[in-house]
Amino acid sequence: MTSRLSYVALRALQVIPAVLAIAVLNFILLHMAPGDAADVIAGLSGHASAEMTAELRRSFGLDQPLIVQFFVYIGRLLTLDLGISLIQSRPVVELIAERMGATLILMLTAIGVAVGIGLLLGILAALRHRSWTDTALSVLALVVYATPQFWLGLMLIVFFSITLDIFPSGGMRTIGAEFGPIHSVLDVARHLVLPAGTLGLFYVALYTRLMRTSMLDIMTLDYITTARAKGMSELRIAFTHAARNALLPIVTLLGVQVGHLLGGSILVETVFGWPGLGRLVLDALLQRDLVLLLGILFISSVVVVLTNLLVDVIYGLLDPRLARK
Amino acid sequence: MSALLRVSDLTVEYDTLGGALRAVDGVSFTIAPGETVAIVGESGSGKSSIAHALLRLIPRASGRIAGGRIEFAGEDLAALPEHAMRRVRGARIGMIFQDPMMALNPVYTIGRQIAEPLLLHGSVPVRRAMDRVVELLTLVGVPAPEERIRQYPHNLSGGMRQRVMIAMALASGPRLLIADEPTTALDVTVQAQVLALVDELKARLGMAVLLITHDLAVVSEVAARVVVMYAGRKVEEGPVNEVFADPAHPYTRGLLAASDWSGDPRERLREIPGTVPALAELPEGCSFWPRCPDAEPRCRAARPAELASGARRASCVHAERIWRPS
Repeated sequence: MTSRLSYVALRALQVIPAVLAIAVLNFILLHMAPGDAADVIAGLSGHASAEMTAELRRSFGLDQPLIVQFFVYIGRLLTLDLGISLIQSRPVVELIAERMGATLILMLTAIGVAVGIGLLLGILAALRHRSWTDTALSVLALVVYATPQFWLGLMLIVFFSITLDIFPSGGMRTIGAEFGPIHSVLDVARHLVLPAGTLGLFYVALYTRLMRTSMLDIMTLDYITTARAKGMSELRIAFTHAARNALLPIVTLLGVQVGHLLGGSILVETVFGWPGLGRLVLDALLQRDLVLLLGILFISSVVVVLTNLLVDVIYGLLDPRLARK
Repeated sequence: MSALLRVSDLTVEYDTLGGALRAVDGVSFTIAPGETVAIVGESGSGKSSIAHALLRLIPRASGRIAGGRIEFAGEDLAALPEHAMRRVRGARIGMIFQDPMMALNPVYTIGRQIAEPLLLHGSVPVRRAMDRVVELLTLVGVPAPEERIRQYPHNLSGGMRQRVMIAMALASGPRLLIADEPTTALDVTVQAQVLALVDELKARLGMAVLLITHDLAVVSEVAARVVVMYAGRKVEEGPVNEVFADPAHPYTRGLLAASDWSGDPRERLREIPGTVPALAELPEGCSFWPRCPDAEPRCRAARPAELASGARRASCVHAERIWRPS
């Protein structure tokens, strides 16, 4: 157990250089973009003189040498100061904090449900290898895999909101409704179904296919024969001996996919008017709010790094061989 | 004495792109209670397929038992429904495999893996399971069993892993242990220890052992009777001392000559000329004739009948002079 703890500690230490690298990249991007914050603000005011722009530049510290600006930037990051949004004139951290919760709810629901269903379907397909169930699942997964997310979102709205009128077509809460705590949660859940479904369906397909392949590989190994020779049923072998090993490559992939999930989330939030980070990103992009955009980039990168740490810790728990290395 | 296991006319086929291949072709043999029988042969002779077929472990996607009976304690295992077969596996027949590293699940503790057959077959109540696992590990000579049960396969040496496999196979007190090349993947020094352990446990627990091996030295050490396989067919069978002293089939003679090297480095290793034929290209008649030093035209004409003499059997026309048809 101590070796496992040291494995986790070692892995956690690796987060520091990763975050630093993100910060450097972020800083470079900030300065590579044509024009700086002073130009943007001066341009927005419509009638700024060269003196005013220079004054702005001085007040932002943009007249300092790059290396000085870099250390100021890192110092600010350490105190979680990501600057002030150029357009909304509010601290970027505050804007992100407001939106983070909604995005996390959407992402975690989508990926959690999707991985759960995907793994089950994958095990089922592997157990029924070469049967029509297996073929049907594979074809279905391929179709879903190839469906564009925005189109799927729109179709779900047309079908479930407009035609059947079961789920709301957008937003996170019913506007103007006063609910108690339980009804409030249910209200959010109802709003969550379509966006989470849109975001998650792709991952159901992905994890069905991945788990199927991984299970089929594992089911040919000697220790599965050993389990059979003990008198264990195929179903039981699949869900214990095989699934536990088949999960290993998939857990690794899950970490890599968090970034991808965040990207998909931006699209889905836009389609469904979900008040999360995705909308904030879109607004920042359209309004050229560079400081806000890079603030979001930094925070989401850190989230990806931390998720990968979590994934590696889970991997360490699943695979006892890792602790030894 | 009535047989514990009576295999008659067992045929195993595997599907290939070129059609079904007979890996085991009409093999019959018996094992008495408490007896050790060895099946020897080269790779591809079908010996391992027999071991897997007995427990019906041949993957449905790749092959099947195409014929024959496997009577174990009066029941035909070949005809048993799958759920009934599960009560035989790991309970009344235990099995150990060639490579104990591959045969143990890397992500489960030793204790859990040995406890599984106990709990599956209800041999002990759940709270007593780990005590029984410790007893089993002690029985197979694993030191510090209380610590071992919390360890993983990668924490153990090859010899210890095979002892763990044996403990697992013995957990529910089987009447037959199938050992499929149990020493092949082990160091030479460890091989002897594992064999001695199997032999000792057999005597202590009164179970029968079916040993699958390509190693004639192993056969002479532990087995009472031997079945010699060639290209999916049984070519000779009999008490080990008689077969080894006076082999009736030219293939058995070749095997014995090949393994009997004086140790003199100037002496050339004796070998059987040629290679085992691919199952898809078996010759007509006796499958051994292309490599046989005594081959005659009639060897290619028809498959030789099995001849018997006392407890011995051989499928070779040359045994005719001394033996009568079985």
